[in-house]
Amino acid sequence: MEKLLVDVLTKNGLLTGFAVVALTMWLSYWLSARLTRGRLHGSAIAIMIGLGLAYVSGLLTGGQKGVADVPMLAGVGLMGGAMIRDFAITATAFGVNFAEIRRSGLSGIVSLFAGVVLSFIVGAAVAAAFGYDDAVSMATIGAGAVTYIVGPVTGAAIGASSDVMALSIAAGLVKSILVMVGTPFFARMIHLDNPRTAMVFGGMMGTTSGVCGALAAIDPKLVPYGAMTSTFYTGLGCLLGPSVLFLATQAVVG
Amino acid sequence: MTIYGTGLLAACVLAGLFLGDLLGAAIGVKANVGGVGFAMILLIVSSEYLRRRDLLPPPTREGVQFWSAIYIPVVVAMASQQNVVAALKGGPAAVLAGVLAVVVCFALIPAIARIGAKDEQSPFRVQTVTE
Repeated sequence: MEKLLVDVLTKNGLLTGFAVVALTMWLSYWLSARLTRGRLHGSAIAIMIGLGLAYVSGLLTGGQKGVADVPMLAGVGLMGGAMIRDFAITATAFGVNFAEIRRSGLSGIVSLFAGVVLSFIVGAAVAAAFGYDDAVSMATIGAGAVTYIVGPVTGAAIGASSDVMALSIAAGLVKSILVMVGTPFFARMIHLDNPRTAMVFGGMMGTTSGVCGALAAIDPKLVPYGAMTSTFYTGLGCLLGPSVLFLATQAVVG
Repeated sequence: MTIYGTGLLAACVLAGLFLGDLLGAAIGVKANVGGVGFAMILLIVSSEYLRRRDLLPPPTREGVQFWSAIYIPVVVAMASQQNVVAALKGGPAAVLAGVLAVVVCFALIPAIARIGAKDEQSPFRVQTVTE
C-alpha cells in the first residue's frame, strides 16, 4: 500500500512537483498572513522554505540538487529546471512596457558593467585577504562572486585548482541565495518599486535566479524588467572574467 | 485556441535561446548570452504585432498568461534545488565574498538608476514652470 503510493508519486514526478509546490505556496501565504500580517510576502517565505528543504535534502542525500535528489521529488527539479524557468520568465514579458525598457536602457547597460566589475573586485579582494593571493585564484574567486557560472568558466580557462573553483561556486551560490532572501527586506531603502530600478537591480546583481526570486517577492510586475538585464550578466561575466579582468588582476598582483 | 499562445511563447523562447547561443559562440564565450532577454523582446514585439492585427483573442492570450502566472511557483521549485549545503560549506571566504559583493552592488543601485533619468524629468519641469 505504502509502496504503491510512493510508486505513483515517483512515476508521475512532475505532477508530484506541482502538488508539493502548491502546498508550499499555500502554507507560505497562510504563514505570511497569520504571522507577519502580510508584511513578509508569501512568495518570499515560500522561497525560504524551498531553500531550507534544499539544505535538508542536501544533508540527507549528499547530492547537489537539493530536493531534486530525493527520488520522489525529482519532479520539482523538472518544474524548477532551466527549461520551465526560461519558459515562465519569458512569459512574464507579455504585457511589458517596451518604452520603459528603452528609456532605462542606458542605466541598465551601465549597471551590467558596474555589477560585473565591482563583484569581481570585491571577490578578488576577499580571496587575497584569506591568503589566495595569486592572480589565478583571485580572478577565479572574484569571478565566482559575479555568478556561480562565471566562476568555474573563468577558473577552467585560466587553470585554477579544483578547490579554488569549488570556493568560487560557493561564493556565487551565497550571492544568489542572499539576493533572493535579503532583497525584499531592503527593497524600500533603494526605491526598488519601479521598472527602471528593477532593471538596474537586475544588472547590478546579475544572478537571474536571485533577481527573479527577489522581484517576485517584492512585486511580480517588476520581474520581467530585472530578468531582462540579468540575463545578459552571466554572459558578460564569462566574456570579461578570463580576459580583461584576469589580465587586470595579473597586472595589479604581478 | 489556447495552444496558439503557448506555441507562440515556446517559439519565442527557442528562437531567443538559439540567438543567445549564437552570440555566445560568436564572441567565444561558453555561455548563453542574453537568450532569455532576446526571447522576451521577441515575445513583446510579436504579440504587439498580432494585437494590432486583431490576431490575439483572449484564449490565445491565456496560453501565455498561464505561464506568466505560474512563474512564482517555478521560482520556488528552483530555490528548492539549489546547492545550499555547498554554499555554506565553502567557509568564511566564500560566504564573505558573496555577501560583500551583494552589499556593495546593492548600495550603488540608486546612483546608477539615476543615469539617463534626468532627460525624462526635464520636459516635465519645463511644463510645470510654464504653467
